[in-house]
Amino acid sequence: MPEQTQVLRIKRQETPNSEPYYEEFEIPYLPHHNIISMLMEIRRNPVTRQGKRVAPVVFDANCLEEVCGSCTMVINGRVRQGCSQLAEGLGGPVTVEPMSKFPVIRDLWVDRSKMFEALMKAHAWIPIDGTYDLGPGPRIAPHVQEFAYLFSRCMTCGCCLEACPQVNSHSKFMGAAVIGQAYLMSQHPTGKMNLDERLDAMMSEGGVADCGNAQNCVEVCPKEIPLTTAIGAVGRQTSIKWLRDLFMK
Amino acid sequence: MPGHHIIVGGGLAGLTAAMKLAEQGEQVDLFSIVPVKRSHSVCAQGGINGAVNTKGEGDSPMIHFDDTIYGGDFLAHQPPVKAMCEAAPSIIYLFDRMGVMFNRTPEGLLDFRRFGGTKHHRTAFAGATTGQQLLYALDEQVRRYESAGLVRKFEGWEMLSLVQDESGDCRGIVAIDTRSLEMRAFPADTTMIATGGPGLVFGRSTQSLVNTGSAVSACYQAGATYANGEFIQVHPTAMQGEDKYRLISESIRGEGGRVWTYRESKPWYFLEEMYPAYGNLVPRDIATRAIHKVVFDMKLGVDGQPLVYLDVSHLDPEELNRKVAGVLEIYEKFAGQDPRKVPMKIFPAMHYSMGGLWIDYNQQTNVPGLFAAGECEFQYHGANRLGANSLLSCMHGGNIAEPAMINYAKSHKSAASSTIFDQELKRQRESFDKIFKMSGPENAFALWRELGEIMTENVTVVRYNDRLKTTDDKLLEFKERWGRIGLNDKGKWANQEVLFVRQLWNMLELARPVTLGALNRNESRGAHFKPDFPERDDANFMKTTMAAWSSDGPRFSWEPVDVSLIKPRPRRYDVEKSASEPKAA
Ligand SMILES: Cc1cc2nc3c(=O)[nH]c(=O)nc-3n(C[C@H](O)[C@H](O)[C@H](O)COP(=O)(O)OP(=O)(O)OC[C@H]3O[C@@H](n4cnc5c(N)ncnc54)[C@H](O)[C@@H]3O)c2cc1C
Ligand code: SF4
Ligand code: SF4
Ligand code: FES
Repeated sequence: MPEQTQVLRIKRQETPNSEPYYEEFEIPYLPHHNIISMLMEIRRNPVTRQGKRVAPVVFDANCLEEVCGSCTMVINGRVRQGCSQLAEGLGGPVTVEPMSKFPVIRDLWVDRSKMFEALMKAHAWIPIDGTYDLGPGPRIAPHVQEFAYLFSRCMTCGCCLEACPQVNSHSKFMGAAVIGQAYLMSQHPTGKMNLDERLDAMMSEGGVADCGNAQNCVEVCPKEIPLTTAIGAVGRQTSIKWLRDLFMK
Repeated sequence: MPGHHIIVGGGLAGLTAAMKLAEQGEQVDLFSIVPVKRSHSVCAQGGINGAVNTKGEGDSPMIHFDDTIYGGDFLAHQPPVKAMCEAAPSIIYLFDRMGVMFNRTPEGLLDFRRFGGTKHHRTAFAGATTGQQLLYALDEQVRRYESAGLVRKFEGWEMLSLVQDESGDCRGIVAIDTRSLEMRAFPADTTMIATGGPGLVFGRSTQSLVNTGSAVSACYQAGATYANGEFIQVHPTAMQGEDKYRLISESIRGEGGRVWTYRESKPWYFLEEMYPAYGNLVPRDIATRAIHKVVFDMKLGVDGQPLVYLDVSHLDPEELNRKVAGVLEIYEKFAGQDPRKVPMKIFPAMHYSMGGLWIDYNQQTNVPGLFAAGECEFQYHGANRLGANSLLSCMHGGNIAEPAMINYAKSHKSAASSTIFDQELKRQRESFDKIFKMSGPENAFALWRELGEIMTENVTVVRYNDRLKTTDDKLLEFKERWGRIGLNDKGKWANQEVLFVRQLWNMLELARPVTLGALNRNESRGAHFKPDFPERDDANFMKTTMAAWSSDGPRFSWEPVDVSLIKPRPRRYDVEKSASEPKAA
C-alpha cells in the first residue's frame, strides 16, 4: 500500500515587495499533524512536489497551543491559527496563505505591529498609581469577572481584522480587537476612571464609527470573544460622550 | 542622570523588570524575538502562588516557604526563597490592581485553588490562562511607559552575544534584526537576561519555540556560570504531539482529576494507592516517576502504549467549564475528543529547567553588570519546582533586580571604549558569514530532532551513568556534524534557517552542562533520579553544581547550599508532612 500523503500548497513571497508565488509540498500523512508540524516537516526536507530543493517556508509560531496568536494564517480560505488546524479531515491539497490585511515580511510571516500601535493609542491599560504595595485591588463580583474574562483572552492574532470588510488598504479602521480591549479596561473599577481617554481614541479617525457592523469578526475570533457586544457598547458610550462634550463646550 | 538598561526577553520576568525600572525613571531597551505579548509566559495555565489565606486554612508565607524548600528537596538557597514567599501576596495584589481578571469568591475576593505539593488553597488563577493574563497586564503597563518614552522596544530582535570590556564586565549586547538581518551593538549600564527556559534542547517539550536557551548559552560561553543544569522538571501530564508536548495543567488534578490505568481490566488509581496522603496531588517528579513505573516496569500503559488516563469525566461539567475550560479546550482542540466525557490520554514531558544562570541574592550573575531573572536563572526552585511557583519567581526576580541594577548603573559610570563594541560586532558578523557558506549534507532541523530525542531519552525522568556518558559522546558527535550542515536558505532577508543554525550550536553547548551535571551527581534528589543511587545524599551532594564554559567542555565546581533557615529532612509524600517544621526566624 502506498504511503498516505498530504499536499500543502503554500503561497510564498521572498521579500515584502517581491511577487508572490505558490509552491506545493507533499508530506507523509499523520492524523495528529497540524499545519505547523507539517511546516516543520518541510524544514527537515525542503523539497517541492516537483523535486526542487528550495528555501524552507518562513512562518511565525511560538506557543503551539493557540494562545500566543503568532501563527495566524489563511488555510483553505479561512483565517485561523495554523497550530490548532489538525491534518485530520482536511483532505487534499491544503492551501496555506499569509493574512492579506497585513504587510508580508516573508512567506507566511506578516507584520501586525499596527495592532500593537492601536493598543497604545487606545490607552488599553489600567492606570495604577505605582507598583509599590498598596494592598488588594477592588472587589469584583464573580459575574463581572466572568464577563470581563471573555475579553481578556484576546491574543492580538488578527483574525478579526483579516475578516473585516472595513479593514483595508484605503481605511484607517483599527479593527475589532482593540475595541474589545478598550471595553475590557472599562469593566475594571479602576479602568472605568479613565474611560474618557479611551473613548477619545475610539472617537478619533479609524475608531469605532468606522465599523460597518458586518459581524464577520465574531465569526472568526478563535477565542469566541463577543466583539459585537463590545462594539455596540463602545459605540453607545462614544455617542453619549460626544453629546456631553457638545454641551460642556 | 537616569541609568540605561538592556533587558533581553519580554516574558513575565523581563516585563516586570522593565516596568519597575521605567517607574523609577530609568531608560530601558527591551529586546524580544517575538512581540513581547507572544512570549512563552502566555502558556502558563494553572496560576500563581501566594499564601493569602483567604480560605481559613491557616496558610502563611512561612508554610509556603517550607513547601517550596521541601518540594525542592533542600537544594535551594533558603534566604531568597523565604523573601519570595513573603513577597508573594503583594505580588498577587499588584496584578489584581493592574486589572488581571482573577477568579473571584462570591464575596468578590480573589479565589485560590490547590496545586501539587501543598495542602493549601494558595494558587490564584484567571480561568485557565493565568500566564496569559499576567503577561498582558505587564505588557499593558510597559506599553504605558513606552508611550511615555521610557521604554524602547526592539521586537523581532534576537540577542546574539554580550559585549564585555577588558575586565570582563558586561557593557551591552550585540543583537540581530530577524527580518533585515542587520546586526548592531547596543551599549548599556546593565544588561538583564530574561529569556526563559531551554525547552528546545529537549526537542519537543511543553515550552514554546523561542525557548532555545540560546541567549543563556551565549552568556555561559562568555563566562557566566550555569548552575544546577541537571535539574530538569518533567511534567507528568502532557499530550503527545508531532510538534510539541502540550501540557495539561496540574489544575486539572487540583480540581479533582484522577490518574489511572487498567490493571486486571479494572481502573487502577495508582497515585491514590501509592501516595494516600497527597493522592493525585503529589509533586510533579513523584507523579512522573509513578507513571513511568506503571508504563515501563509494569507494562500497564493504555493500549500497550506509553500513555495513562487523566480523568475528569466524573466531575460536574459546569464547574469544570468555569474553572478549567481553557485547559480542557486545548485537549479537545488537539485531540479531537471531549475530556468532559472521555478520559484524556497523557504522558510525562520535559517542562521546566530549575537550573539556569547562577545569580547572587540580587539577581546578578558572576559577570559584573549582567543580571538574570525568570526561568533562565537557578535561584528559587532547588531540585524541583512546585507548580505555580514559577510565575511568582519571574515576577519576584524582576522586582529584586530593579534596585540592584540601578545601583550598579550609578556606581559604574565610566564609559566603555567603542572598540569593544566594534570587535564583538565583527566577531558576530564573521560567524554569520561562515554559517552562510555552510554547504554540507546535514539538515539543521533534522539534527535538532536527533538532539531532542537523545536528551529526552537519557536526561529526563530516569538517569543512568553509562547512558549519560554516551549522551555526552553523542553531543560531541553532533557538534562535529553541525559543521557539516548545509544551508537550504541563502537569502539575506528574514532567513530563519541561518538564525536556527546558530541557535542549534548554542543548544549543543548548553546540553553538555545539563548532561554532565547529571552524570556527576550520584544521588537522587527532586527531579534528578538515578536508580543506581536511589537516595538523597546530603553529605556529598547538598551543593549547587556550577559549570563554567571552556573550550574543552564544562568545568565543574560546587557551592554549598544555604540551609540556615529550615533543617533538611527526608522528603516523603506517602505520609503527611508534619506541620511543625518551619522553625525559621
Ligand atoms: C505549558 C506551561 C504551563 C505553565 N504553567 C505554569 C503555571 O501555571 N504557573 C507557573 O508558575 N508556571 C507555569 N509554567 C512555567 C512558566 O510559564 C515559565 O517558567 C515562565 O513563564 C517563564 O517566564 P520568563 O519570563 O522567564 O520567560 P518567557 O516567558 O519564556 O519569555 C522569554 C522571552 O525571551 C525572549 N527571548 C528569548 N531568547 C531571546 C534572544 N536571544 N533575544 C531576544 N529575546 C529573546 C522571548 O522572545 C520572550 O520574550 C508553565 C510552563 C509551561 C510550558
Ligand atoms: S462588525 Fe464587521 S465591520 Fe465591524 S469590526 Fe466586525 S467585521 Fe469589521
Ligand atoms: S478579538 Fe479574537 S480574532 Fe481579534 S485579535 Fe483578539 S483573539 Fe484574535
Ligand atoms: S503558535 Fe501560538 S497560536 Fe499558534
